[in-house]
Amino acid sequence: MKQTPLGNWRRAIKPSILELKNVHTYYGNIHALKGISCTIPSGDIACLIGANGAGKSTTLLTIFGVQRAARGEIRFKGRPIHRLRPEQVAVQGISQAPEGRQIFARMTTLENLEMGAYLRNDKAEVAGDMEWVFGLFPRLKDRARQLGGTLSGGEQQMLAIGRALMARPELLLLDEPSLGLAPKLVEKIFETILEINKNGVTIFLVEQNAHMALSISNTGYVMETGRIVLTDSAAALLKNEKVKKAYLGE
Amino acid sequence: MDTSSFLVQQLINALFLGSIYALIALGYTMVYGIIELINFAHGELFTAGAFIGLIVLAALQKYGFVQTHFVLTLFLVFGMAMAYVGVLGVAIEHVAYKPLRNASRLAAILSALGMSIFLSNGMMLSQGVSDRAYPALFGLKGITIIGARITYGQVFIIILSLLLMVALNMFVNWTKLGKAMRATAQNQVMARMLGINIDRTIRVTFIIGPALGAAAGVMVGMYYGSVRFDMGFIYMIKAFAAAILGGIGSIPGAVLGGMIIGGVEVAWSAFLPSAWKDVTTFIVLILVLYFKPSGILGEDVSETRV
Repeated sequence: MKQTPLGNWRRAIKPSILELKNVHTYYGNIHALKGISCTIPSGDIACLIGANGAGKSTTLLTIFGVQRAARGEIRFKGRPIHRLRPEQVAVQGISQAPEGRQIFARMTTLENLEMGAYLRNDKAEVAGDMEWVFGLFPRLKDRARQLGGTLSGGEQQMLAIGRALMARPELLLLDEPSLGLAPKLVEKIFETILEINKNGVTIFLVEQNAHMALSISNTGYVMETGRIVLTDSAAALLKNEKVKKAYLGE
Repeated sequence: MDTSSFLVQQLINALFLGSIYALIALGYTMVYGIIELINFAHGELFTAGAFIGLIVLAALQKYGFVQTHFVLTLFLVFGMAMAYVGVLGVAIEHVAYKPLRNASRLAAILSALGMSIFLSNGMMLSQGVSDRAYPALFGLKGITIIGARITYGQVFIIILSLLLMVALNMFVNWTKLGKAMRATAQNQVMARMLGINIDRTIRVTFIIGPALGAAAGVMVGMYYGSVRFDMGFIYMIKAFAAAILGGIGSIPGAVLGGMIIGGVEVAWSAFLPSAWKDVTTFIVLILVLYFKPSGILGEDVSETRV
């Protein structure tokens, strides 16, 4: 997506859907997030880039309440969610395709998708969304009756995203959707992410593939050892010398 | 009795015994599948089911209800035993296992053993230490297939076990709650992120598993004509072996394991000194685990974690 010079203006007037304020997270004694703050405007694609172990996945897990935020505040549409358990966060309208895909290995593709819609009771619309997901990822339709554990890495990634979409979320958290995929498939996945965003879903994307991530995002955050060290429009980050050197391999 | 009828007879015996082991093994495997804990109190829940069945049956018999409403009697005896033990199962989970969900595995195992001793002693105190006679509902009447004799009691027990297993299979594969249970068993964190209340799915598991064990308890009481507070022990061992054999955590595995253990035990008794029949269970178990440590239908742990 092309970033216009109006990027900052967009951010200024658009209501934010997710807001993190000075969030700290610990794994035992390890201080994994050291005061993260970021704001994601409604309808945007935002990405969080950084090296392995910088705390990107921890950020997503903390938003979802899988990891407890020891300090700080997380607000979704203005409501605090940092004290909620994962199953309560899901009810708010957030869903996640987490690190490692976390497919239910002994359930079929179809059942995995059904589980994505677990909180919904509108059967007809769930069926419609299932068709939409199959439209986005036709491969999943071919694999509908196959067990999740027998799918290829790429298919599992599609299934993880598809399952997250079945909740019909307002905010979709994607953890490394490109990990371990062939370049051609990576491109296809990112195209699909753009298409999902056009359907009105705000996307918060965590990626090591910084170039790909920034090229489809409105805003980017750069993370280093538990801190966000750089925040700017994605277009600006793509031109940033430091980012180029450290993350874009230029 | 000629050879073919002898074989048919043994086959029926194996099916009968296997179904009972399978029902008990299902309780082990479901609980293990969802919280990775061997519920050592499961044998006692099986015994409790037998006693509840006995109490209900004795009460109904006292008022002459059994003769007038035979089918309803069966329904009440099994229904009450399963319902009571289902509630007991949830209570045990709440008191003994839930507080330890994030504790070390050893703590939970000790808690399970403690619960087993507690229930066993509770039944000894309330029901006495001696054998209690179980009213004979079916008598000795039966049918003859190819010269083999099968009593109505056996027919009923085999059919009921199969129905319960089919119902369980339909529940876990076709209903939303059943699928949520499987999802919880396979990946708890992901299940929670999809909005599944895992406390609820674990509770449901602790209703269904013990209730199936209770049904097996009533069947054993009815068939053998007596129950005792410690009768669960040997069944627990056999069913546990069946669950491991089939691949602990796997529902079809528990049924398969139960049938194999039942079959091997019957075959041994038919052709070899039956005093040694309990040993066969463990011979089979050791052999299978030697060649396939995850059990026949068991998954590699590494695969389910990804």
